[in-house]
Amino acid sequence: MKNNMKLYSMLCVLALAAWGCKQNTASEKPIDSSKIEVKGEAQAELTSPPHVPKPIGNRAATKLKVDLEILECEGEIVDGVKYTYWTFGGSVPGQFIRTRVGDEVEFLLKNHPDNKLPHNIDLHAVTGPGGGAESSLVAPGHEVTFSFKCLNPGLYVYHCATAPVGMHIANGMYGLILVEPEGGLAPVDREYYVMQGDFYTEGGYGDKGLQAFDMNKAIKEEADYVVFNGHVNALVNDNALQAKVGETIRLFVGNGGPNLVSSFHVIGEIFDRVHVEGGDLINKNIQTTLIPAGGAAIVEFKVDVPGTLVLVDHSIFRAFNKGALGMMKIEGEENPKIYSGKQMDGIYLPEGGTIQKMPSSKKVESTVAKTPEQSIADGKAIFSRTCLACHQSEGQGVKGVFPPLAKSDYLNNSKDKAIDAVLNGVKGEITVNGQKYNSVMPSQTLSDQEVADVLNYVYNNWGNNKTVLSPADIKNHRGK
Amino acid sequence: MKTTIYTLSCLFFMLLGNLSLHGQDMVQIKKGSYIPLYGSADKKPVQVAAFQLDIYPVTNQDFLDFLKKNPAYRKSTIKRIFADKSYLGYWKGDLDFGAANPKAPVTQVSWFAAKKYCESKGKRLPSMDEWEYAAMADAKQLDARKKESYNQYILRWYETSKTFNNPVGSTFKNVWGVYDMHGLVWEWTADFNSIFLSGESRKDKGEDSNLFCGGASVNASDLMNYAAFMRYAFRGSMKANYSSRNLGFRCAR
Repeated sequence: MKNNMKLYSMLCVLALAAWGCKQNTASEKPIDSSKIEVKGEAQAELTSPPHVPKPIGNRAATKLKVDLEILECEGEIVDGVKYTYWTFGGSVPGQFIRTRVGDEVEFLLKNHPDNKLPHNIDLHAVTGPGGGAESSLVAPGHEVTFSFKCLNPGLYVYHCATAPVGMHIANGMYGLILVEPEGGLAPVDREYYVMQGDFYTEGGYGDKGLQAFDMNKAIKEEADYVVFNGHVNALVNDNALQAKVGETIRLFVGNGGPNLVSSFHVIGEIFDRVHVEGGDLINKNIQTTLIPAGGAAIVEFKVDVPGTLVLVDHSIFRAFNKGALGMMKIEGEENPKIYSGKQMDGIYLPEGGTIQKMPSSKKVESTVAKTPEQSIADGKAIFSRTCLACHQSEGQGVKGVFPPLAKSDYLNNSKDKAIDAVLNGVKGEITVNGQKYNSVMPSQTLSDQEVADVLNYVYNNWGNNKTVLSPADIKNHRGK
Repeated sequence: MKTTIYTLSCLFFMLLGNLSLHGQDMVQIKKGSYIPLYGSADKKPVQVAAFQLDIYPVTNQDFLDFLKKNPAYRKSTIKRIFADKSYLGYWKGDLDFGAANPKAPVTQVSWFAAKKYCESKGKRLPSMDEWEYAAMADAKQLDARKKESYNQYILRWYETSKTFNNPVGSTFKNVWGVYDMHGLVWEWTADFNSIFLSGESRKDKGEDSNLFCGGASVNASDLMNYAAFMRYAFRGSMKANYSSRNLGFRCAR
């Protein structure tokens, strides 16, 4: 028995040694990046999202001065909803910092005199206690300096780590710092900076006025908003990212949290390369990449066809109900070999990018004539089932993305248009209450009675003109 | 007729205002005990002896009057060891607080200057225990620290900018009869730096924190009182010659 044990341990040692040897021969001799010498000094270019500073290219490691100011300021999280953001440099996420391996960063952190609170910074790119937080507590109206050497290439999150840490992060105190490898990342045509964050407000999604941070919701991880770049509308419509057919795109994507992990996905694209978790590992041909809170990923793809790509957190209710939705508009020539047509410059719907029919089943037509009150009441359930996800519970829609049904001139001016939208869907540009929409609504497979019910519910709520339709009206329209 | 009533009532309120501002400017805080968030060994209650506390923070006008008699504390003459460059930064001149509201709290005052002001009135700065003890009251009860509304009031203030422009007396009056303990500006205390937070708040929860006096948030007697964390963190970030636009003071006796 004893001998057996001995033999076994010897075998183990041998096996380990063999494995160890193999590892050594396979891997390259590592460079000690702490010994990279710096040449001269430079002031770091800092940018607000969605922009990033110029690539480092072939430049030598240098003494890089970073000058970052903390600002507590009021902003809009969505139209009419104000929020007091705490920021690194006046934006959420904070200013993008671009360095290379071997750089000695001299970090100047300034806390604006009008701010109420002390803050600090923890940079995940820092090797040292607290990632710099220990050396960087700064009172309002003061500044602190600390230095660190960039040892590991990668894309890193930075954030505030002053008590209560969660509250400082929840109010927007995070951003990204990139450490490029020797010689820089491979050149691409366009680079953008996108960072997800979850927000917790005393009121629900869309409740107007200045909304205070809600600690209880934050502890329960019940986010009211999940957004890219600090605002629901940061990357939609006029703020959409831009690109041209044939270009290569690199997205620096971070997740500030504080709580939620992002299922980052771009509707209409496949990531050619993903630097998994922002590190050295490259994964290819990826549909959705997971980005942890306090983590990042570098995502690269070539855009081949024109249209609008939609950036989402594919934990999908966050995209359509909490704001985690952005757009990238691609201009250029169609390429039918890659994509056959029926091309939409519009919004992705879970049913697909083109007008589709909901699955149909044989409907038994109700023969009982309903009173208008009954019809309206029945319409509510149909609305909740089929319309609410996009048009929202009070018919308010989502500005620029899903048109409102409340006080809607589009509906009140023409009941034919309303019926047509439900029966046949809508595509292309329409104007509702002065705002342009260019989305896709699928046709709904509903019976005449159901169409009448749901439209009666809509017409008799939220300041609409109280039109009452009968199943016969719907039948007539189908005949047209 | 209407105008007369209006003028009369104006006069009345002005008189009332003067009475409370200059007549009786302090109230008695009765002795008692409380468990502070930090700084009490083994979470034992701390005894607070009876003392008197200013009803309002010191205003720009009050401080101007002080500076007229104490030239060494004017912004052009004060020694750098007593106040850094930002001292009275918003004042236009040595004896001119510029566009600031005379009734608003004076801020950007160093601890040394605040201490001197109180001494010039035969008073002193309140200790942190005295301040915290008086500040845990809301309008209805002596210790409201576990009340949601109390903490929410404080947290809202963190997210409201430029409250230093508001006049003193614009927040609630607490049970002791003291105004503006929360919701207007931070306030200096005599021993503001007796609790040491390293600034690395996560570490402050670790065992290393025993290296520092006060021991930090491992001693927090009520973790949900997160509104108070900020106050301690703020104090921890200050030095006696610092000043901040959101930091004023009041005196005790």
